[in-house]
Amino acid sequence: MGLPVSVHVRGPTAQGPEVEAAVEALFDALRADDALFSTWKADSEVSRIRRGERLLADADPRVRHVAALCEEAARRTGGSFDAWLPGADGVRVFDPTGLVKGWAVEQAAGDLVRRLGELGGHDVLVSAGGDVLVHCERTDTPDWRVAIEDPRDRSRTLLTVPLRRGAVATSGTAARGEHILDPATGAAPSGLLSATVIGPELTWADVYATAAFVRGADALSWLSGLPGHAGVVVSTDGTVRTTSE
Amino acid sequence: MRRVVVGAMGTVSGLVLLFSYHTSLGGSALASGTTAGGTTTGAGSDGSASTRTPTQSSSGSSSSSGSSSSSDDSSGSSSSSAPSTSSSSSSSSSSSGKSSSSKSSSGSSGTYTGQSVDTRWGPVQVQITVKNGKITAAQAVVFPQENPRDQEINSFAVPQLNSEAVQAQSGNIDAVSGATVTSGGYIQSLQSAVDQAHLS
Repeated sequence: MGLPVSVHVRGPTAQGPEVEAAVEALFDALRADDALFSTWKADSEVSRIRRGERLLADADPRVRHVAALCEEAARRTGGSFDAWLPGADGVRVFDPTGLVKGWAVEQAAGDLVRRLGELGGHDVLVSAGGDVLVHCERTDTPDWRVAIEDPRDRSRTLLTVPLRRGAVATSGTAARGEHILDPATGAAPSGLLSATVIGPELTWADVYATAAFVRGADALSWLSGLPGHAGVVVSTDGTVRTTSE
Repeated sequence: MRRVVVGAMGTVSGLVLLFSYHTSLGGSALASGTTAGGTTTGAGSDGSASTRTPTQSSSGSSSSSGSSSSSDDSSGSSSSSAPSTSSSSSSSSSSSGKSSSSKSSSGSSGTYTGQSVDTRWGPVQVQITVKNGKITAAQAVVFPQENPRDQEINSFAVPQLNSEAVQAQSGNIDAVSGATVTSGGYIQSLQSAVDQAHLS
């Protein structure tokens, strides 16, 4: 994936060897999922599937599980999120990258939280390529403070959300240019600089942020209709709006 | 005796004020002074009361950074971890909440556990160390509460994004959510600065 990942742990044994081992296990899990899913790796399961060398039905259970999640994601977003996108020749091929990004981190972080649970009360924050996931077990610690980047100036932030459990995912063009395609048109969407979703699970926060970005103009009203989630959208003219208005 | 009690109360209010002030970048005032508080009571006690030294858990936090396998940007995978200066609060499960003291023959010296005071963080009990009648160290102990309200604290609640607390730019940031950044772009990113601050 090429995503920079940082893990922050606070609690009674945060600097000890068990925590270090648990964090290493998180990085190992992400590398293992990268080996399965990366479209940049010629020998990954997903690359084989895309070349027609392997059937999805015969793939690793994790890949099949992700494919099922992608179908659910298309259903929940009315097709705005779609893992079967047109390739260079216009033929639709499987690309779960948008969902795997948040899902892999959520899986690995869940395992980390379980391991930390055996070591007493700890809090965790995982930052992965723009996605943030937090989990507090302690009740005597301050909230984690997760800021939302200003897509017009990446050294600035728009607002800061206090969070004890949950995830923040942002979709936009600020970092990599036009890499998100609208499944309906096959072209890059316009109308928003970024869309951020805050919710209980990173997998779905990521999916909804991607879908909102693709939707553009009606992103905010669509996000407002999602129970248990909050959203922030930045228009191309720089206006910032949230679902709390 | 009275001077010690007045001193303890003064310290409690000073420490309570500290709780509501967040230090920069993930640290919290609860972290101050986490030395082992286990100094024994002064010799020569009349045995009128016993002091309680709560078990002190050594606390701290660590941060690790790394990147997963490379994509089109040639970035190696490495992970590094270093101890961080931002430490979390200490906690204990001591049950007694009464003030107590004992004296040694050389004047007031020893460790005293003060009265429990209710704050918005929960009940706070202060432990002070006194040498020759002067308070040389003061430490607050926050007891985690095992009640349903604590579970509420850690359950996901949809944040109110138009609240003043969210809109205010306070500079105390633990992480930044932005559009996907690759390892190459990470170096210049705000998240990178935040991570480095945690690690240094």
